[in-house]
Formats: sequence, structure tokens, C-alpha cells
Amino acid sequence: MELSFQTVMSQVMLGLNNGVFYAILSLGLAVIFGLLNIVNFVHGALYMLGAYVALLGYTMLGPLIGKPDFHLNYWAALIVAPLVVGLLGIGVERAMLRRLRKFDHLYGLLLTFGLALIIQGVFTNYFNVSGDAYDAKPEALEGAVNLGFMLFPKYRLWVIVISLLVCFGTWFVIERTKLGSYLRAGTENPELVKAFGVNVPLMITLTYGYGVALAAFAGVLAAPIYSVSPVMGSEMIITVFAVVVIGGMGSIMGSIITGLLLGMVEGFTKVVYAPASSTVIFLIMVVVLLVKPTGLFGRES
Amino acid sequence: MNRLVWIALIILGLLAPYVVYPVFMMKLLCFALFALAFNLLLGYTGLLSFGHAAFFGSASYITGHLVRNSGLTPELGVLGGTLFAGLLGYVVGSLAIRRQGIYFAMVTLALAQIVYFIALKAPFTGGEDGLQGIPRGFLFGLIDLNRVYVVSGRPLGLNLYYFVFAMFCLGFWIIHRTIHSPFGQVLKGIRENEPRAISLGYRVDRFKLMAFVISAAMAGLAGATKSLVFQLSSLTDVSWHTSGEVVLMTLLGGVGTVLGPLVGAFTVVTLQSKLSSVGSWITVIIGGIFVVCVLVFRRGFVGELARLLKRPL
Repeated sequence: MELSFQTVMSQVMLGLNNGVFYAILSLGLAVIFGLLNIVNFVHGALYMLGAYVALLGYTMLGPLIGKPDFHLNYWAALIVAPLVVGLLGIGVERAMLRRLRKFDHLYGLLLTFGLALIIQGVFTNYFNVSGDAYDAKPEALEGAVNLGFMLFPKYRLWVIVISLLVCFGTWFVIERTKLGSYLRAGTENPELVKAFGVNVPLMITLTYGYGVALAAFAGVLAAPIYSVSPVMGSEMIITVFAVVVIGGMGSIMGSIITGLLLGMVEGFTKVVYAPASSTVIFLIMVVVLLVKPTGLFGRES
Repeated sequence: MNRLVWIALIILGLLAPYVVYPVFMMKLLCFALFALAFNLLLGYTGLLSFGHAAFFGSASYITGHLVRNSGLTPELGVLGGTLFAGLLGYVVGSLAIRRQGIYFAMVTLALAQIVYFIALKAPFTGGEDGLQGIPRGFLFGLIDLNRVYVVSGRPLGLNLYYFVFAMFCLGFWIIHRTIHSPFGQVLKGIRENEPRAISLGYRVDRFKLMAFVISAAMAGLAGATKSLVFQLSSLTDVSWHTSGEVVLMTLLGGVGTVLGPLVGAFTVVTLQSKLSSVGSWITVIIGGIFVVCVLVFRRGFVGELARLLKRPL
């Protein structure tokens, strides 16, 4: 097969497009894991929920509130979906996860797994598993831009740029600001931080809310690209788990970079040997486990 | 546990098909064995595998293939499926035990997903359809597993039932022996305090791997038997839903109890058959049970009972 620069680059760019989703989701998982010590299995379901808030806000919200002409547009959805899901997450943290803090971390995984089943189950009952299209892509983002070596859809470029901004913004807040230093201290030693008068429980709640809001944000970004379906989250979360195992959850920057790289590797695999593209991330995980079991950016705890 | 309890359970198992619908009983036995195998790992070694469907499902595919396409007798088919699951358990286990705790769960889940993709894409697994119409055949080439006896007006597939019951007892016995052997004591030691087990000179990785292989092989035995009962190996058998279900059965019955997985499997299988009319709402109900169980019922049925009676069950 002829591997032209164009085909490779276009697949790698499309891969980068997946990669930013991996990056946002694994970043959220890492932030939550750092402070709460749980693996948030429901992350994928909340990513799906974010996409549905955008979709339903556009198609059903108007009739529901008695104004058939009202559509929640894309830009509003980018704000509303993370807010809705973030508030939901805050509720979940306060009502459930908080009770599990003194037990084994595995219970957090099991609880969030149960929540994921509930959310996915509800949506499977009301919506088509094969997915619905989200038609509210803003006009400003229609068309393609010339990147010099290829034409790239404007919307996908927007997704890459805004996702990178959000990822690095989060990194900056956590690693370079006062607020972030509280968070990092809370990760290291919550009791000591409490003793300094910092409201650690509130910090934990808000962190969880922010982490899941990121997932919803990714969901809205994904809505115009992929079809919005009840299973989009469960497919995503397992891949993201592999990404997290490869990168290690110890480092914010590590999870961002790993997500981006793996997306591109996946895209590249599509050109070289397409059937392997759905498993390549898992195979890389196997190699990483053999060579550096702690993950690329991981530290042994 | 009391010898009388065991004898009572065996008699109950022998008489069950005359009272309960045999297919229901056989499904129950397969999933109970699956949960028992899983509990060996979670309950007695402290390892949460989130990918046990890979062993259950791959054994089901291998057995289906051996019996249907290679024309092997059912006992050889089941043996093949079980051995394959054990082998797969060795590969997955060697990789997964390189990470601890929460990562272990994620690694097993991700590795099981590779198995799922293979089942979806490989030429011999039938893709979305799975392997259908797996023949039950003649046990040792002699006993017809399809034979139906008419007992007081009801047609009963007793040969198949007793074959499944024998497989269950074999699996249960192997798991029980493992738990109550010196090897099992070391596993419990690792569960309670891994650094201490290491400092006592145990090579914990080997123990964990061995436990993983036994657990995987027994999960495979359950899956292999299941493929003969339902004459079907499908993608559901290898999916993460099935991995989650076995976690729930064990959790609901009581992690780390001998009878817990049995009770848990009974509860979940009964729920599934009673609630078959609600269709896919069953996922929501299963998820709800998960949440309630984790929040307020972490010991499970048997665990709570054991606490009331103040003795291990």
C-alpha cells in the first residue's frame, strides 16, 4: 500500500481528534483519582450524558417548556451541559461517594460502575442504540480549513484547539496557582491540609464536580462528530482506562500527553493496518506493562 | 462447615430438577460456579478482576468450536475450553499482577476488551451471531445428553442436568480445596497484608498468579458448561456486562464467604428470569442493586448472616 504523506497526516490529525477526548477524560479521571482515590467508572456515562444534554436541549427542551421554537444552541450547550453534569456529580459525591471514604477504594469503583449501568440503562430504554445525529453544529464552524498539507474540517480543528486550551488550563491551575497547591497538598496529606484550616471536604466535592463537568464538556464537543448514542460512553471509558494505565494517574501533564499521543497512534494504525486500530491502545498497554509496569509517567506508590 | 449442610446441599442439587425448571437450575449452576471462581480471587486473594467474562466467554467459544466444528465429545470440549481459559488466565494474570489495587481492575478490564474484540472480529467466532446450534453430543461417546425423560408427565433433560451438576460439584470442590489448603491460607495472608507476606518470604506474585489461573480455569469450566446448556456462545459471554454481573453476584452474596457466590448467583439469575418482561430496564435495576449493595450492604447476604450467627459461613 502506498503510504502518502497526505493519507498518513490526515489520519493522524483525525486521531489527534480522538486523542483530545482521551486527554480530557483521562485528565478528569486523574484529577478525581488524585483527591478522592477512586476510579470514576461513571465517567464514560457522564460523557454520554453531556452529549445528550446538548442533543435534547436542541430537540426536546423547547416543546417541553412550552416554547416549541426554543432550541438550546451549541454554544449554550457547551456551558449548560458541564453545569448540569457537574451539579449531578456534586450531588453524587455528597450523597454517596463521601460515605465510602473510609472503606477500600475498590468500593468507589463498584459504586460508580453501578451508577454507569443505571445511566446507560435509562438512556438505552429511551434512545436508539445506533445513535442520533446532532444537527446543531454552528455555522461558523462549517467547512474546512487548509492546513497546508491537507484540508481539515473546521469543526474538528475547533475541537482540538478548545480541548487543548481546557487541558492546559486545568494543568496550569493545578500546577501553578495557589488553589492548585491546596489541591496537590490535599492529595498528599488531607489531614494536614485540614489542620491548616482548608475546607478539604468542600474541595473534594468541587474537584469531583469539575472532573465530571470536563467529561460532559467532552461529550458536547463529541456530539456533532460522532452520533449520540447510549453506548458511546462505555466504549470510550474502557479505552480511557487503558490510556490511564499506560500514562499512570499520578501526573496531570502525563495523562494529557498520553491521551494525545495514543489518539495519534490509533489514527496512524488506521492507515497501516486498519483492523488493529481498535485494539492498538490495549496492545500498547500490554507492552507498557511488560516494560515499565508503573506506566509512562507513573511513580510506584 | 458442617458435613450435614454439605450432604443436604448435594441432595438438594440432585432433586432440584424434579421441582424447579431444569434449564433455570443449569443456568444457576453455571453462574454460581462462575461467581465461586471469581470469589476465589476477590474474596480470598483480595484481587478485583473486572475482566472475568474473558475466561467465561472464551471457554464457551472454544468448547462450542471443539464440539460443533471438530466433532469432539462434550467432556473433551469442556476440558479444552477450561484448559484454554486457564492458559488465557496465565497470560492475563502475568500482566495484571504487575499492577496493584485499582490498576489491577483496570488492566483486567482492558485485557478482557481485547478478547471481546477478537470474539467480534475473528473468523471462527461468528461475529455478532456467535456460535449457534452447538450440539450437546454423547458424553464419553455413550450417554446422550439430549435424552429427555418423562417424569410424572414432565419432560426432563436429566442426563444434561446431572452432567452440569457434576461439573459444578467438581469446580466447587476444586475451589473449596484451594481455599482450605495451606496455599489458600497464604492467599488470605496476602489479602490481609501483602508486605508482611513478602517479608515472611512468600513470593506473592507466584501465589497471586496461581490463584488467578485457577480462578480463570474454573470460570472457564462454568462458561464451557454453559455453552452446552444453551447451545450458544455469544458476545454477551465475553462482554464487560458479564464481568460486572459476576462482581455483583459475589458482592450481593458476600465477598469472601464460601456460600455467598451461590446465594448471589441465585438472586441475580432469579431476578433476571422474573424480570425478563421489563426488557432492558434490567440493566438499571442491576445498577441500582450495585449502588445499594455498596452503600449499605457491603457484607452481602451470607456475610450479614455470618455476622449475626458470629461464625464464618
